[in-house]
Amino acid sequence: MDILLQQVFNGLTLGSIYALVALGYTMVYGILGLINFAHGEVVMIGALTALAVMKPLAAAGVPGPLAVLLALLAAALVCMALGFTIERVAYRRLRNAPRLAPLITAIGVSIVLQQVAMLVWGRNYHSVPALLPSANHEVLGAQITEVQILIIVVAALTMSGLMLLVNRTRMGRAMRATAENPTVAALMGVDANRIIALTFVIGSALAALAGVLVSANYGIAHYHMGFILGLKAFTAAVLGGIGNLAGAMVGGVLLGIIEALGAGYIGDLTGGVLGSHYQDVFAFFVLIVVLIFRPSGLMGEKVAERA
Amino acid sequence: MNARRKSHVGILLIAVALAVAPFAVGAGLGNTWVRILDFAALYVMLALGLNIVVGFAGLLDLGYIAFYAVGAYLYALLASPHFGLHWPAWAILPLGALVAGIFGVLLGAPTLRLRGDYLAIVTLGFGEIIRIFLNNLNAPINITNGPKGIARIDAIAVAGQPLSRGLEIAGMKIPGIYLYYYLFVLLALGIVFVTVRLQDSRIGRAWVAIREDEIAAKACGIDTRNVKLLAFAMGASFGGVAGGLFAGFQEFVSPESFGLLESVMVLCMVVLGGMGHIPGVILGGLFLTVLPEAFRHGAGPLQQAVFGKVLLDPESLRMLLFGIALILVMLYRPAGVWPEPRRRREMQGGK
Repeated sequence: MDILLQQVFNGLTLGSIYALVALGYTMVYGILGLINFAHGEVVMIGALTALAVMKPLAAAGVPGPLAVLLALLAAALVCMALGFTIERVAYRRLRNAPRLAPLITAIGVSIVLQQVAMLVWGRNYHSVPALLPSANHEVLGAQITEVQILIIVVAALTMSGLMLLVNRTRMGRAMRATAENPTVAALMGVDANRIIALTFVIGSALAALAGVLVSANYGIAHYHMGFILGLKAFTAAVLGGIGNLAGAMVGGVLLGIIEALGAGYIGDLTGGVLGSHYQDVFAFFVLIVVLIFRPSGLMGEKVAERA
Repeated sequence: MNARRKSHVGILLIAVALAVAPFAVGAGLGNTWVRILDFAALYVMLALGLNIVVGFAGLLDLGYIAFYAVGAYLYALLASPHFGLHWPAWAILPLGALVAGIFGVLLGAPTLRLRGDYLAIVTLGFGEIIRIFLNNLNAPINITNGPKGIARIDAIAVAGQPLSRGLEIAGMKIPGIYLYYYLFVLLALGIVFVTVRLQDSRIGRAWVAIREDEIAAKACGIDTRNVKLLAFAMGASFGGVAGGLFAGFQEFVSPESFGLLESVMVLCMVVLGGMGHIPGVILGGLFLTVLPEAFRHGAGPLQQAVFGKVLLDPESLRMLLFGIALILVMLYRPAGVWPEPRRRREMQGGK
């Protein structure tokens, strides 16, 4: 029982991070109908930038939480600029090109970001200083750290903020209108280019936050962390129904829990044949199963190829 | 009549060039470069296989190297002391094609009826999963020997003679890498022939039709899903053959050789060379095998000479340039450096 609860809680932590990244995929997809492959790398850049700011601040004696907050701000700014640049350089010109073209530029952007990160930060795993309160609490037999609670709360607050932004503000209405029908939105005076750039910027800020949280959770960051995280977050977005904001959140949390439970129980279920190092495989199986049985995801509209 | 004679002369020239290439390269640059030529031929095969999927049918496959891995490990398992099996290469290679093709169908069936982007992500994941399995299937039953890989694989043998031993003709010793060169070039030419014939066949035209407009293709009575599956399976089977050759040539395989970057490399060959245009893809394969090697030998010393130290790791610099090249080519020459005329119109005309 306590193991079950423990895994559910670990899954919830991981899942809220997936949800933040998945939002970036789903927002861009909703408006442009394009999978921003490079999004995972933006998360990685966010995590490493934050680390680079965090370490000297902590060494200079700035209190831990404040150092993290400042690092997060720096990471968010860098990532927002990055997201804006990516859209401008790699996608804008190709908005009406055949589908293959933006996918390939996205791969190019991913490679460039990874290699730049490798040149700047090296190939090594960096340990992230534990600046946030990390005391353990025992809840119903499960060990829960304060960092985990913080991750869940911050993610939940951020997502509520995003929902308010999209559903209640003028800007959010413009975004929804552009997603619905860019031409008509433009006729109503919405500047589509601005809205699209804005979508990338918001998604990238969420990615920066996710990068900081995920490196705080695992205590490590490295240049290659964005790839598998991006893959999983994309799976989460598909699971929830790509293009649907609430879906991305639900999908993220669900995927986190599936993964944690799967990794926790796969050994028992298969009699020890498969171990927890197959954790990364679950996301992929979830993706395949969703694509076979419910390609529109849990909350999405039909996406099967029609046009 | 005259044109035909001209093309005969051209073919003859190419044949002579291909035949003397290893000796010229070996004499001028050393045997390391003959080995690189061997790899170039392997990569041309891979690029032609991926070209069927990406170039002809317009499906973005980002995990293509997984099929290469399947072929390589199949060879390694069936012809090494690991399981004590020593099947002949000529039995394993067709089997490798078949098994890789089946993997292709298994992967393609659920995803091909969806939008192209999904295929890209699923294949990306598939490539990664195959690597995870190769890394971890050493326990509880040791199948792949984990990260250590499988060593002492049997060399490919022709007429009972392992090619790696080389050959002695009239007192002159020809090293194994030269023999592999001829084998690989012959097989690559075979694959070129098959893809050229495929391109002009009913199936090839169906692929192009799907790439250009899937709905119109469907309306013309093409069973789009099956035809796409066929492209996927066929590309995969080429990858499987190339993988088997790789294993027999290296006599060693490990999961490390089958990372995402390898998939991206092959994709670069297809995209930069000119998607769907066979001569473009061949040149893409050749250049992208040879240039990075030249780069590896040249970039370090060059930086040393100019800046007094190595500022950028040549390996990352190489990948960085590939990434930038992918972006620039897509933005400014979306049909590749040497595109097929029809493809160029298609990519420039917009949607």
